[in-house]
Amino acid sequence: MSRIEKTPELIGQNVGRIDVLEKVTGAAVYTDDIQFGKALLHARIKRSPHPHALIKSIDVSRAAALPGVKVIVTGADFPNHIGLYLKDKYIFARDRVRFVGEPVAGVAAVSEEIAEQALDLIDVVYELLEPVFDPEFSATPDAPLIHPDLANYEAPNFIFPQPGTNIANHFKIRKGDVDSAWAQCAAIVERKFRIPHIQHVPIEPHVAVAQMTDNGQVTVWASSQSPFAQRAIFAKALDMSPGDIRVIAPLVGGGFGCKAGVTMEAMPLALATRAKGRPVKLLLTREEEFYTNFVRQGLVIRLKVGCDANGRLLAMENRMYWDGGASTEYGVNITRAGGYSSTGPYDIPNVKTDSLCVYTNHPIGGAYRGFGMSELHTAVDQVMDELAEQIGMDKVAFHKLNAVKAGDKLVTGMTMHPHGLQECLDKVAKALAWGQPVSAGSPHKRRGRGIALAWKAPAMPPNAGSSARVAMNEDGTLTLGIGGQEIGQGAFTAAAQIAAAALGVPMDWVRVAGPLDTQYSPYEWQTVASRITWSMGNAIRAAAGDARRQILELVADVWEEDVDDLDIINGVVISYKSENEQPLRNMVVYGLPNADFTEWKGGPIVGRGSFMPTYVTGLDPETGQGERAVVHYTVGVQGVDIEIDLRTGKLEILKAAAAFDVGKAINPDLVHAQIEGGLVQGLSSALFEEIQLREGVMQNPSFVDYRIATAVDTPRVMETFIVEAPQDDGPWGARGIGEHPMIPAVAALGNAIYDAVGVRLEGPPFSAEKIYLAMLDAGVVN
Amino acid sequence: MAWHTITFTINGETERVTVPSHMTLLQMLREELALTGTKNGCAAGECGACTVLLNGEPVNSCMVLAVECDGAELVSVEGLADDGRLDPVQQALIDVGGVQCGFCTPGVLISARALLDRNPHPTEQEIREALVGNLCRCTGYVRIVAGIKQAAREAAHVTH
Repeated sequence: MSRIEKTPELIGQNVGRIDVLEKVTGAAVYTDDIQFGKALLHARIKRSPHPHALIKSIDVSRAAALPGVKVIVTGADFPNHIGLYLKDKYIFARDRVRFVGEPVAGVAAVSEEIAEQALDLIDVVYELLEPVFDPEFSATPDAPLIHPDLANYEAPNFIFPQPGTNIANHFKIRKGDVDSAWAQCAAIVERKFRIPHIQHVPIEPHVAVAQMTDNGQVTVWASSQSPFAQRAIFAKALDMSPGDIRVIAPLVGGGFGCKAGVTMEAMPLALATRAKGRPVKLLLTREEEFYTNFVRQGLVIRLKVGCDANGRLLAMENRMYWDGGASTEYGVNITRAGGYSSTGPYDIPNVKTDSLCVYTNHPIGGAYRGFGMSELHTAVDQVMDELAEQIGMDKVAFHKLNAVKAGDKLVTGMTMHPHGLQECLDKVAKALAWGQPVSAGSPHKRRGRGIALAWKAPAMPPNAGSSARVAMNEDGTLTLGIGGQEIGQGAFTAAAQIAAAALGVPMDWVRVAGPLDTQYSPYEWQTVASRITWSMGNAIRAAAGDARRQILELVADVWEEDVDDLDIINGVVISYKSENEQPLRNMVVYGLPNADFTEWKGGPIVGRGSFMPTYVTGLDPETGQGERAVVHYTVGVQGVDIEIDLRTGKLEILKAAAAFDVGKAINPDLVHAQIEGGLVQGLSSALFEEIQLREGVMQNPSFVDYRIATAVDTPRVMETFIVEAPQDDGPWGARGIGEHPMIPAVAALGNAIYDAVGVRLEGPPFSAEKIYLAMLDAGVVN
Repeated sequence: MAWHTITFTINGETERVTVPSHMTLLQMLREELALTGTKNGCAAGECGACTVLLNGEPVNSCMVLAVECDGAELVSVEGLADDGRLDPVQQALIDVGGVQCGFCTPGVLISARALLDRNPHPTEQEIREALVGNLCRCTGYVRIVAGIKQAAREAAHVTH
C-alpha cells in the first residue's frame, strides 16, 4: 500500500543523539569504568624484543614465585590458531616470534605493578632469525620464510595463500587485454607510491576483562566493535561452544577498525581460564596501543595508467604489495578489497591487477577505516590527476568523463548500480570555485587546489548477517535489541530512528538495549565495513515491521476490519475506514478483549527481523571476474584548497569540501558529522602520521612523536554535502558512510600540493620538510 | 610503600582518603572515588582525556600525584552540572553535535570550562589553542569549537 511504502517523516530528520546526555555528564560506561572489586586480577604481557626469532625456551619459575602472581600462561598452553580470515596466529607465540611486541607470555597478578615485575622474571631464550621488512623483497623467492607452515593454515575459499612463499594472499584481475591497449594510449603515467603504516589511535585504549566460572562458561567485557565475531573466534581458539562464551561490549571510545576481530582480547581470556573464577583485566598502555596492536598495513603500489587522445581511460596495470606484517589473519581481506576495487571509481576497459598480501616482520596489519581504499586512492587519484594534465584536460572534466556510470561493467565484471558521483563532483568543484583563478595571500606563498574521488564497498564475507528484536513494553515504548555497536558514529540513534519510523511510534519511545551482550543481543556479524546503517538497518526495519504486523493483525481481528485499512500513527492504531483508534499502551503486552470481555486476544508483542545479503558471488581466482563481487559501492568526492609557504614548505588548508552519496541520509546531521570527522582523520594521516619503523622497532610510540591532528590543525572552512541516489536494498535507500570520508583525503591533498608548487611526493605524510626538500629538488626554490 | 591521608573537595564535596605515594590523581578519582567520568587515554599527559580542574586550573590528572591534592579544590566532569542543570558547555556540545564516541568529551568539557572562566569571550583561535591538549579522533573538532563558541555567546547573553 502506498501509504505504508512512503518514507516516514522521521527518516531524514536531524534527531538528536540518544547517547549524548550520559556522555557529557561522565555517566556513560566504557569497559574500563566497570568496577570488579578486590577479586580483579591485572594482566601484563611479556613481549618479543626481536622482529624474527625462534623461541628456544621459556622459564617462568622465577616469575611464578613472586608473591601476588596468580597465573602465568605461554604459547605452550594454547595450541590452536586464532584469526578472522586466515588462521595464522596464536594467542601467545609458540616456537617462533615474528614481530617486536608479539606476546610471548601473560601474567595475571593482584596488581598491575606485580604483574609488570613478574615480566622481568620470565626468562626467554631466543635464536635470532633473519628478519624481512620490505614487502616487495619479501614477495621474492630470496626472502627468508616467515610462515613455513602456511600450507596448513585454514582460510576461507576466497583467500589464496601461496605456500612456500611469504605471500598470504594473491588477488588477481585480468580484464580485457592490457598489453595491447598501451599502444593505443596517447598518454601514459607510471608511478610508484609508498604509503606508511599508521595507527588508528582511538582515545580509548584497548581493554578487556575475562572471567570463567566453574562450569566452564566465560564472560568477556571488551571495548569491541565485534562481540559476536569475537565470540566465534574465541570459541574456535579455545575449543568451546560459542554458546558458552558471553561477550559484553559497553560503549566504545573510538574504533576505526582496531576494535574489530580479536586483537588483544584473547589474552585476558586465556589467563582467565586458569584464574579459578577471578576476573582478569588487560588494559593496553598507550605505548602498547601504538606498536603491539593491529596497524594499518603499509603499501607499496606500482601503477601504470593510460588514456587515449580524448582523455578516455584505456588501461591500468596495478601491482600492490601490502605489508601485512607478522600475521595477515585480517589483512588478507584488505588485499582482496584492494584488488576488486583496484581501478577506483573509474571505467577502464583493460585492467591487470596483482594485489599481494605479504608477510613481513612488522606489526600486524588489520582493518582500518577505509579498509585499503585510502591507500589505493592515494595512488590512483594522483595518477589520474597527472594523466589529465598530460592529455591537457581540465581535471574535473577528466573525472566526469571517466567516472563509472550506472550500468558500467566494473573491474570485476559486476554491473554498477545507480549512484551520484557526478553530482558529488559538481558540488565539490563548485565549493572550490573550480575553473576560477585564485591567488595566494602573499608573494612567498603558492595556492593550489586538488580533487580526488573515492569508492568503497563493504568488505566482508558474502553472507555477513544482521538481526534485530523489537520487544514492546506496557506503555507502548519499545526495547530495541541490536548487535551493532555505538562506536561514536551514531549507530544507536539511527537504529532508534529506523525502529520508530518502521513501527509508527515517536522517536523517544525507543530504548536501545545496552550494553551489547551476546547472551541477550540479537546476532550481528561486526560493526565494520560501513555496513550497519544498511544491513542492521534492514534487520531493524524488518523487526519493527514484524511487530507492526502483529499489532495490526490483532486489532483487525478484534475490530473485524481489514489489516490494509489500519495504520499506526504516533503510537496509535487507526483505521482509515472506521476511524477507530486504539493506543498501543497496554494492548501490546496484555492483548485486547473482545466487546463483552469474554475473551482476550494477542499477548506480548515481540518483533524479529534478520537481513543477510544472498546475492554476492565468488570471483574467478585467475581473473577476478564474477557476477557480483560486492553488495554495493558508496562513492564520493573531496577537494582541498591550500597554501604552501615557499620559505618553509609549510602547508595550510584554507578550505576542504566533500560530497558523498549515502543513498538516503537517515539522519543528515550525523552524516555531516561523519564526513567532517573522517575528512580530518584523512587529512591528519596526510599531514602527520607515520609509524616510523627501524629494523621492526617503532621509533615513535607516543602522542608526542606520533602526531595526530589537533584543534589548530583542521581546515578553517569545511563544506560537506549529502547526495542521495537510493540503494535498492537499503532501508529507505540508505547505504553506509562511516569510512568513506577518509578515503580521498591524501590524494586530494597530494594533487593540491602539485597544483601549488609542481611537486609530487612518493607518499604521505606531507610534512613541511618533505615538501620543502622536494621543492629544492625540483628547482621551485633554491 | 608510604601511605598518606589527604583531604580535599571534589565537585563541592569534602573527601578524606588514604592513598599510596605513587598514586596519581587520575587513579584516585577512578579507583578510590569511583568517579569514572574522567578518562585514561594515555597516562602520559599527552591526550587530555583525564583533564580536571585543580584549584580552578585545568590539569592532566594522570600527571598529578594524589598527595599533591591535599587541601585542594577539584572539579571533574561529574561536577559540571549543577543539580541536574547542565553547564552551558555541556548543553552546547549536545546542541551542536560535538560528541561522537564521547571518550575525549569529559576532558574537552573541563578545558572548555577553564577557558571560559578565564576568558568569557574567546576568539575562535583562542578556543582552538585552548583545546590543543585535548585529542579527539572522531569529530575533527569542528563542532567542539562551534559548541564552545555557542556556550560563550549564551553566557554573554545571560550576563548582559
